[in-house]
Amino acid sequence: MSRSIRLFTFAAPSRFFALSGFLLPWLWLAAIGFALAGLYMGFFVAPTDATQGDSYRIIFVHVPAAWMSMVLYLVMAGWAVFGWAANARLASMVARALAPTGAMFTFLALWTGALWGKPTWGTWWVWDARLTSELILLFLYLGYMALVESIDDVRRADHAGALLALVGAINVPIIYFSVKWWNTLHQGATISMTAAPKMAATMLNAMLLMTIAFWAYSFAVVFMRTRAIVLERERQAQWVIDLAAREAKEVK
Amino acid sequence: MNWGSLSEFLAMGGYGLYVWGSYGVVLVLMVAEPLLARHRYRQALGQVGQSIEQGD
Repeated sequence: MSRSIRLFTFAAPSRFFALSGFLLPWLWLAAIGFALAGLYMGFFVAPTDATQGDSYRIIFVHVPAAWMSMVLYLVMAGWAVFGWAANARLASMVARALAPTGAMFTFLALWTGALWGKPTWGTWWVWDARLTSELILLFLYLGYMALVESIDDVRRADHAGALLALVGAINVPIIYFSVKWWNTLHQGATISMTAAPKMAATMLNAMLLMTIAFWAYSFAVVFMRTRAIVLERERQAQWVIDLAAREAKEVK
Repeated sequence: MNWGSLSEFLAMGGYGLYVWGSYGVVLVLMVAEPLLARHRYRQALGQVGQSIEQGD
């Protein structure tokens, strides 16, 4: 009995390890390639904006970072809850691996927003609905990371983190719709599902290229961190010991 | 092409501080994060290797 359970539980992380190892170089290639294309388009093809001058070029990192900050939170909460409900350890590890990347993109959205707000609004920061709810998102990420690190029993920590991530998920639609629900200084949604884009095609394309680059980056860095977490947690597993032995031989 | 010279490019129409202040921090963090993840991976791998040598 114990043998079959062990085979089942270790199978998933080891298969993930092989698949992610194969995908990683391609993901990095995509991230760098799309970023270079997006930067070229954003700085050399897209024209200067009539009202905002060249300060608007911050949009090419600001909007993709803000999108990633929200998407990664929902993905993190989804995996955390799945790992809790289905007792799937790899899902919980992926959730933990997502948190620092999501927090970084949240910080970047706030940072680039401040640097964009100063020349266009005349202030680095206002306590309006969009900015405040994005700041709360950063605190949710940091709170999740602090919580799961502060509990020694890893599975109990995973469960507590899942609960926090789930409750905090309510903040994501609040961020997204904040510009509709309240009068904010922040402008409305850049891209709408129902209306034609209001920005020039070259500007839009540059932003979408950067978004693809940020997606590829997120997959790559989250895979890297998940692989590290798998090794940290599954060091008793035979396949991890075999892997370490192979790697040690290659180094020598 | 939007820029006549390198200095025009760097000036960003007078918004150089804001534009490069944004892109600079994005670049630093998005280079640092994968390096930290790689460091963590190698450290974890090394610890598995150590526990093999100690024979447990």
